[in-house]
Amino acid sequence: MNQARNHESTSTVEESVTEQRWRVVAPPPSEIRRPPRKDPRTTLAVGAGRLAATLSQRLGAGSGAIIGGRVALLLQPRALRRLTRGRRVVMVTGTNGKTTTTHMIVEALRERGGTVSNATGANMLDGHVAALMTRPRAPYAALEVDELHLARVTEEFEPAVIVLLNLSRDQLDRVGEIRSVEERLRRALRRAPGAHVIANADDPNIVSVAVDHPRVTWVAGGNRWKHDALNCPRCGTFLDGADEWRCVCGLVRPPADLTVDAEGVTGPDGWYRSLELALPGQVNRLNATFALAAALVLGGDPDTALRRIRDIDQANGRYGTVSLGGRIVRLLLAKNPASWLEMLDLVSAHRHPLILVVNSREADGFDVSWLWDIDFECLDGREVVVAGDRARDLAVRLRYAEVSCEVAGSVEDALTRLPGECPDVLANYTAFRDLSAKSAAP
Amino acid sequence: MTKESVLRIALVLPDLLGTYGDRGNALVLAKRSSWRGTPAEIVTVLSSSEAVPDSCDIYLVGGGEDVAQHAAVRFLRDGGLRRATQAGAPVLGICGGLQVLGTGFRTGDGSYHEGLGLIDVVTEPGASRAIGEVVTESSVDGIGVLTGFENHLGRSRIAEGVQPLGQVVHGIGNGYDAVEGAVSGHVVCTYLHGPVLARNPVLADTMLEWAVGRPLEPLPEIDEIEELRAERTNRIKFRSRHPNAQRSQ
Repeated sequence: MNQARNHESTSTVEESVTEQRWRVVAPPPSEIRRPPRKDPRTTLAVGAGRLAATLSQRLGAGSGAIIGGRVALLLQPRALRRLTRGRRVVMVTGTNGKTTTTHMIVEALRERGGTVSNATGANMLDGHVAALMTRPRAPYAALEVDELHLARVTEEFEPAVIVLLNLSRDQLDRVGEIRSVEERLRRALRRAPGAHVIANADDPNIVSVAVDHPRVTWVAGGNRWKHDALNCPRCGTFLDGADEWRCVCGLVRPPADLTVDAEGVTGPDGWYRSLELALPGQVNRLNATFALAAALVLGGDPDTALRRIRDIDQANGRYGTVSLGGRIVRLLLAKNPASWLEMLDLVSAHRHPLILVVNSREADGFDVSWLWDIDFECLDGREVVVAGDRARDLAVRLRYAEVSCEVAGSVEDALTRLPGECPDVLANYTAFRDLSAKSAAP
Repeated sequence: MTKESVLRIALVLPDLLGTYGDRGNALVLAKRSSWRGTPAEIVTVLSSSEAVPDSCDIYLVGGGEDVAQHAAVRFLRDGGLRRATQAGAPVLGICGGLQVLGTGFRTGDGSYHEGLGLIDVVTEPGASRAIGEVVTESSVDGIGVLTGFENHLGRSRIAEGVQPLGQVVHGIGNGYDAVEGAVSGHVVCTYLHGPVLARNPVLADTMLEWAVGRPLEPLPEIDEIEELRAERTNRIKFRSRHPNAQRSQ
């Protein structure tokens, strides 16, 4: 596992790269890195940012993270560049799984010294600066970044590792269509030729983003949502959603370096580790494999990393069993068709009642037409209550799926209508965030 | 209608033009037909198919990205969709579908593409995307108030002789003359997502009646749909009275 392995590059779209070398295990980084140069402006900006964060917190205006980052960026527009100097930074992006995977990377790197992270999900530049400010001397940072903002990040500095999870339709009225997101990510990668990219081999959109990069570790674990990759992202030819897809234009599914299935993770040269997670679902097994790959690239020990990842049972509230309105519930984040597909699959494993909550605030996207891309028909016969700003859209969607449901004014109201077993609550972004904030440890 | 008395609904190129949940329109038509005792079949025509069958009873063309739109025009140019339209089959084009069915459209990169010319509408990119809730008062008899969500850069000018689908009460619509959508014969085009037929069952039933060629008995009113329509249109009334009300609720 310690030798580098060569394989034929799969980059046939552009002929620039003919062969790529990669390592699953990078040599351990020199632990003694040059300390960041003193920079009075950055010191001042960080001081002011912290003050703003503390004030905001005391005034009860939230965690203060974003305001602190904003103030620091205002005083030192280069704050991100300065604060990442001398650290090894992992950037995690994609439509789904950013927060969970980032959390897993932090855990996987725990043994290797301090890692800062934007654990609250503030995933744009101000959130990154805020996270980096908290511990300017931590040698590692694991930061999730909004798909549209990776290009801004790589303008400022070159991350050590870039993790590309997946791309699917999400908040079309805010984020825009996948083609433009994919092109922006490609541009972001062109500015970071020295980064080590860890990318999803099963997602044609991600392959298109990463295939021309000189250093890619490909991770595979299936891709269930196919509707945004039925056609080649480069030339538009129909791909058929096949597992081993290959387009006439030359874009092809690359051979995977790490593959995860229901039992474990397989790497090159017979490398294998069994994988058992506290978190449910194949989607988290894939997230865990991305986190493992990131730890390996940074010189981590696979068994230590896996042990840490295995014990995670929630990530910023996702999948957490909590007490809400005096009841025990499990909170699941489902914010777009691909993540609903995964979460509906998870809840099909039991017959507990379900509460579905959909909002349409700015961070969710105002349009909820995507509810019709989800096969709610699978909920036939289940006990379902809907809530949230867009409860009525959900009710109409379920009516046409011939799934009966009740409409509740709030999740608390929904809970009173479900006196039986502990329900699962599936909520989209702001609905989930608000419930998570209201909930307590069970 | 085919002789087996199954309503065949063609979902045209959802792999290219299926970005905005418009597949829901097919589900709505299928259910509203089967609830009336006529089972329905959704015929999905992917871009890998040989051709679009001309034997379907109703055709749905959704919205997609620029590149997908001109790929769709190439695929649809001489096929079954044109023959079926000429034979009077109802066709619903949404957003990018409106542009594809129209005379022509200019994409964001400045290039002009011919459309299928099934309805006389020409689309040019606007200065910014029109995004938000829309309410219109339909110009088509018996349709009434339409509600939906628009998200498009294109501004569409309809030719003389083409009827708009509605007069804009709230939102942008076509971007000309305060109208939204276009209707010519049994071809209905609109920028409204939601999906439009889920939010506007009267429009769904009108298209079903065109497909079967006779009036249909009304379905019992579905409370959820009426509540959704009231919620979406009341919000707009509130906003128009309070122009400074926040966009997010």
